[in-house]
Amino acid sequence: MGIDLSKGQAISLQKQDGGSLSAVRMGLGWQAAPRRGLFRSRTQEIDLDASAVLFADKQPVDVVFFQHLVSDDGSVRHTGDNLVGGAGQGGDDEAILVDLPRVPVHVDTIVFTVNSFTGQSFAEVENAFCRLVDETNGQELARYTLTGGGAYTAQVMAKVSRHGAGWVMTAIGTPATGRTFQDLMPALIPHL
Amino acid sequence: MAAELIRGQNHPLSDTRLEIRVSAGQPVVAGVTLNDDQGRMRDAAWIAHPASPRLPGIEVSPQAAADHRLAVDLDALPADVHRANVLLALVSGVGGPASFGAVAAPAIAVTGLDGTEIVRYTVTDLTSESAIVAVELYRRNGAWKVRALGQGYAGGLAAMLEDQGLPQARQLAGTINEAVVSGMTRAVAAPPPPAGQPGQPGQAGGTGRINLQHPNRPAPSAQPAAAAAPAPGQPAQPVAGDAAGHTMEERLYNQVWGMFEDLARTAAAYRSAVDFADSRMERELDQVLSDPATRVGPAADLARTGARAKHSQLVDQARGAFERDVAQLVAESEVVEPALPLAFARWDNPVWQAYRVPGEAPMALRLGDLSLPERVDLRIPMLVRLPLQRGLWVDAGRHGTLSPEAAALDADGIRGLAAETATAVVARLLAVHPVGAFTVQVIDPAGSAAAALAPLLETGALREAPGLGHAGVTTVLDRLTQRVDLVQMAIRSRAVDALPPDLDMAEQLLVVHDFPHGFDDRAVTQLRYLADEGPSVGVHLVMVADREDARGYGPVLDPLWRSLLRVTPVPDDHLVDPWVGHSWTYEPPLAPGNSRVVSQVLEHLAVARQRSTP
Repeated sequence: MGIDLSKGQAISLQKQDGGSLSAVRMGLGWQAAPRRGLFRSRTQEIDLDASAVLFADKQPVDVVFFQHLVSDDGSVRHTGDNLVGGAGQGGDDEAILVDLPRVPVHVDTIVFTVNSFTGQSFAEVENAFCRLVDETNGQELARYTLTGGGAYTAQVMAKVSRHGAGWVMTAIGTPATGRTFQDLMPALIPHL
Repeated sequence: MAAELIRGQNHPLSDTRLEIRVSAGQPVVAGVTLNDDQGRMRDAAWIAHPASPRLPGIEVSPQAAADHRLAVDLDALPADVHRANVLLALVSGVGGPASFGAVAAPAIAVTGLDGTEIVRYTVTDLTSESAIVAVELYRRNGAWKVRALGQGYAGGLAAMLEDQGLPQARQLAGTINEAVVSGMTRAVAAPPPPAGQPGQPGQAGGTGRINLQHPNRPAPSAQPAAAAAPAPGQPAQPVAGDAAGHTMEERLYNQVWGMFEDLARTAAAYRSAVDFADSRMERELDQVLSDPATRVGPAADLARTGARAKHSQLVDQARGAFERDVAQLVAESEVVEPALPLAFARWDNPVWQAYRVPGEAPMALRLGDLSLPERVDLRIPMLVRLPLQRGLWVDAGRHGTLSPEAAALDADGIRGLAAETATAVVARLLAVHPVGAFTVQVIDPAGSAAAALAPLLETGALREAPGLGHAGVTTVLDRLTQRVDLVQMAIRSRAVDALPPDLDMAEQLLVVHDFPHGFDDRAVTQLRYLADEGPSVGVHLVMVADREDARGYGPVLDPLWRSLLRVTPVPDDHLVDPWVGHSWTYEPPLAPGNSRVVSQVLEHLAVARQRSTP
């Protein structure tokens, strides 16, 4: 069963049986909130983008986002840009796969972010969530709900960082403002 | 639809309650052995066999039969069971066949409880084996998978059980056989041992065995017998054709490209880690230097040593990860190279010695090898799709960074090598196409490539002598230009039937030596036209040229050079991969020094041609 993370909470990515995780997926799902007004049923399209920034010793070394879908080393892969979100509750609309044993040795932290590319604030997004899944068996490790958000257009979701021989995931959940991950860089640094 | 597995291939199982159907065409014993995570049978109770047909989660049939249905409930297996092997064995001592080589290939189907097939696998290429592990079901990361194994044992059941670490293997094998034999004698109408092969149903000619192998799949290469399941945590044994695709050719093509990408990416990881380590050390050393207080003295030395230690530690780690990945790719390459079909194989591959003219054109051609400086011995086949989308330019010039061997060659040496490279490429193209599907025309205005063209001329691979002088250039170019015009017109107006009947419908390849000797402005224009428009209507171009020779034409020719794929007659690092942009060292497809393979192949082709045109 997945854990509902709260801000700042960290979970170790060790499996219960002692083995460490080999592949994780950061999934992002959302739905546009119905607009108020005459045409209640009309929704506007919201394009949320998931990005992953790879850091080595607090220096960004690579980034995976909708224009660079695979990190140069191939360990982090974005499954593709979704421009409108899901029709309903449920599956991931965008996902980033991380093959942890293949992450280059100098990369010690991977930060996942979500941006609203179309500029709507998270107040207009419904049922948005971000979750971390063990890709080998589809089990959800952690889930973080975005909704109830305020007037900001981006969020630093979580980070996965090296801890000893394994990896630890920490929920961050800090709101920020920006259309793409570049705008978020200053907001990321304090979390490394 | 059920997946048809080949030896070594695996497939995930979503259901844990399964039925395994065996059809052997001969009475065989079917059983299941259980292994722990070390691949060993804990004790003699870890086997379901005819004398003891039930285990928790497993049920096998109590007698020998040609068809079996084994029931398996993977959830009910003990938790320390990591693998269940489905075994088949011939009964000894009843006058039946002594080895699987003498019977039809047994087929296995894994089905759900409702009878829907999940995978099927036919165990082919058996010879002297009298017991086989046909498939294994194994745990991987908490989920179950099935792998087609086909591991045979000439020593029979006893050898198989011994291999799984059972000390009393011989004894148990004896017990099983006895139980089966007594079952057979008890049976009212035991299936009569077939008198001979011709009596078997479904066999038309009556000679030889039925070959149940898929016609489009080449026989599995001689795999090392140790194809057993890898220990948990270890990477799986590489298997040739372990990629997506409808045919073996497509799978191998995709696998080679997969290896290419993997090597590019793992090298990128290694290089970026080393770059990072370098820049971090530099920064840390700069920091020490920039502060006058710490510039000298023991503290500075300490900081410097620390920075260097951090650097070498990271570089070592990166090297370790890189070596690990490369070792895996080398192992994969060792399995894949021998399994490659003609068009993907190097000249030294035995498949070229057994050359036969193929019935259809391949999907791609190996144009050479690619490697990275970190690991020059790992050579990735450079496969380009056929028909060629772009012309080729064999660069006869001396520029770029030359390897020592290349630097030792003078300009004429490089030219000669370039002509030879072009001949090797042309020979490959000719050899991988069916008879009459590929025509080569050569322009050699000054006759300087005569030596390199000799193998093509002597074997009659060239239908006509190379075009000599200005007249030769004009004739050939006029003819091909006209052909491109005609075919384009016919395609545009959808009147392909209206093409003149004497038009050679084969793909055309024009090889141009000595450019721009013998060319006038009109010929150059025609050549550019062919390079641009030709590929879409089956007219391809190979230029053997030094760009410097054509400098007089100025920038007019730049688009021509750019539109061609440049290959070099000597190893050169001018090719860039599409993923991370490394520079790869390209090696041309030249046959090894004193090998006669190219001439042999061309002679073979000439014979086949004569036969087809009486």
